[in-house]
Amino acid sequence: MSAIRRSRHPPMRAPDLIRFARDAAMGNLLRTALLVLSVAIGVAAVVVLTALGDGARRYVVNEFSSLGSNLVIVLPGRSETGGFNPANAITSTPRDLTINDAQALLRGTAIRRLAPLLVGTSEISVDGKLREVMVAGTTTQFIQVRNLAIAQGRFLPDEDWERGSAEAVIGATIRDELFGPEPALGKLVRIGDRRFRIVGVLKASGQGLGMNSDELVIVPVALAQAMFNSNTLFRILIESRSREDIPAAKAQAEEIIKQRHDGELDVTVITQDAMLATFDRLLGVMTMGVAGIAAISLAVAGILVMNVMLVSVAQRTAEIGLLKALGATGSAIRLTFLAEAAMLSLAGAVVGFVLGHAGAALIRHLYPTFPAYPPAWAVLAGLATALASGILFGVTPARRAAALDPIQALSKR
Amino acid sequence: MSNPPQIELRGVERVFQLGDSQVHALRRLDVSIAPGEYVAVMGPSGSGKSTLLNLIGLLDRPNAGLYLLEGRDVTTLSPDEQARVRSERIGFVFQSFHLVPRLTAAENIALPLTLAGIAPRERAERVALALADYGLEARADHRPDQLSGGQRQRVAIARATVMQPAVILADEPTGNLDRATGEEVIRLLEQLNGRGVTLIIVTHDPNLGNRARRQLLMEDGELRHDSALEGAAK
Repeated sequence: MSAIRRSRHPPMRAPDLIRFARDAAMGNLLRTALLVLSVAIGVAAVVVLTALGDGARRYVVNEFSSLGSNLVIVLPGRSETGGFNPANAITSTPRDLTINDAQALLRGTAIRRLAPLLVGTSEISVDGKLREVMVAGTTTQFIQVRNLAIAQGRFLPDEDWERGSAEAVIGATIRDELFGPEPALGKLVRIGDRRFRIVGVLKASGQGLGMNSDELVIVPVALAQAMFNSNTLFRILIESRSREDIPAAKAQAEEIIKQRHDGELDVTVITQDAMLATFDRLLGVMTMGVAGIAAISLAVAGILVMNVMLVSVAQRTAEIGLLKALGATGSAIRLTFLAEAAMLSLAGAVVGFVLGHAGAALIRHLYPTFPAYPPAWAVLAGLATALASGILFGVTPARRAAALDPIQALSKR
Repeated sequence: MSNPPQIELRGVERVFQLGDSQVHALRRLDVSIAPGEYVAVMGPSGSGKSTLLNLIGLLDRPNAGLYLLEGRDVTTLSPDEQARVRSERIGFVFQSFHLVPRLTAAENIALPLTLAGIAPRERAERVALALADYGLEARADHRPDQLSGGQRQRVAIARATVMQPAVILADEPTGNLDRATGEEVIRLLEQLNGRGVTLIIVTHDPNLGNRARRQLLMEDGELRHDSALEGAAK
C-alpha cells in the first residue's frame, strides 16, 4: 500500500514566490533600504555620468554645426601627416596664404562662396572709451559662410578685396560696452591708428569655438592686412555647394593652391566633418569610459547584495530549516532567495533610474546650454548590469541557503 | 502485529563526527510502527530520541541501515524526492513552534500548501477549514507575536496537518507551554491520532509519555525498552 504518490510535485507558484520574497525583503526594512540605495547609486551614477559625457559630445557637435555648414577650411602651412616630403626640406618656410589665393579659389566648381580671414588684436576707442578687441579682416560673404546674422545695419559691402572702405561691423557685446543705449550705427571709431565708420551690429550668438562673435570687430580684409602689417591670411573659410561636394571642394582647393604655389602643397585643408568626426569619436570613447567606471560601482553594489543576502541566509537559518521540514525543495528555497535578490536589484535599478534622470535634469536646469541627456544604450546597460549583478551575486547565498542542513537550521534559535 | 508496518527501521545507525571523536547517536536500531499508532519516544537528553525523529521525518539520513516508509525505501531518494515525501506524508510539530514571524497565522498555516504549489482558491478553503478546526478563526490575521503560546502551537499543528499527512512527528510539543495549555495541545494531537494519523511524540515528561499506547525508551542511542514487545519478551 504505497501511499507515496509518484505524481510530480508542482513547483511553488510564481505569484506566491514573489509575495514570499517581497515579505522577506520587507521584514528587514533598513537592510532592504540600504541595499536598494547602493544599487540605486550605481545606476544613477551610470545615468548621470553618461549624461555628462554624451552631453559634452553633443555640445561640441552643436558648436561645430554653428560654425557654418559644409565648411572647408584652408590653413597656411602643412601639417605633416604623410611622412617626409623632400620639397619641405628645400623650402622650409611656407609661402603666404594671400588674398589672391583666396580669390583664385572662387574658380572651384564645388565652392559656393568663401571668405578670407585675418585675425589680430587691436584697440577700439570712441569718445575716450578704450577697449582691446579681436579684429577680423574678411569680406562680404563671411556672414553667410559663418552663419552669422545682422541685428542692425548691414554687413561689409561687396567691393574690391584689395581695397576696402573704412567700415566696420561690431559684435553685440562691443556695441553694449562702447555705446550703451545710444545708437552705434554711423558712429566713427578708431581701431588701432585708423578711423572706421560703424555700419552694422552682429546679432548676439554666444559661442563659436574659440572665437566669440559677440566680442568681434569685423573690417575689410585689406585694411586688416595694413593694420597688422601682414600679407598672409589666418584662414580661408570655404562653403561647398552641398554636403556631397565637400570632398570635391577640398580637392579643388588643394589643387588650386598647389598650382599657385609652384606645385607645392604648403597649406592644410580640413573639413568640418573630419574635425567633427574626430571629436565625436573622442568624446564617444570618453563617455564609454565614464560609463565603465560607473559600472564598477554597480559591480560593487552587486557584491554588497551578495554579502547582505549571505547575512540574511545566516539570520534566517531557522526559517530555511522550517521550510525544508514543510516540504520545500532545494530549488524552491534557491528561488525564493534569488527572487529576493532580483527584486532588491530591480527596485534599486528603478530608483537609480529615476534619481539619475532627476540628476541629469538638474544639470540641464543649471546649465541650459549643456545638453545633458543620458544616451539610451547607457541607461539600458546600467539597468541590465544592476539586474544581472544582483541576480549573479544572489546565486551564492541562494545556494548556501538551499544546502543548509535542516536539523542544524531548526535547532538554531 | 498483522498490519504491514508504516514505518520500518532495520539496523539503522547514525554517527556524528564531533572533532576527532565519533558520537553514536543511534546504534543498530530496529523499530516498526504500524499505521495509526500512538508512540511516545522517551529518554534522557542525548539519548538519540530527536535524532530518531529527524530520521523518521527524512530531515536526516542514516549512516547505515534501511528505512522503509509505507513499504518503500526512502533513504535512497534524492533530496527533492524526500522533500516531496515530507510535504505529502509527514507533519512536524516543534517545541519552539517555528512559525515564520512576518507571516500571519493563516499564512503560516498556508505555507505547506504554498510550497506544494496548490492553487490559491483551494488553499484558502483548506486554511479556513484548519482555522475553524483549531478555533483560530478570530486569530487568522494575527502575527505570531500577537498570539499566546497555546495559540501558536495550535497554528503549528494546523500547519502540520493542513497537507493531511499520514504521520505527525512532535518534538517536545508541550515543552514551551504551561500545564493547562500543554494538556489542550496534547488533546488536539490525540484527536488527530483518533482519526487514524500515526502520532509519534518525543518527550521526557513521563506523564505525557504514559498517555501513549506505546512507549519507546531510548538510552545512549539504543532502544532500551519497547512496550509493544513486553508481552512477547516476558
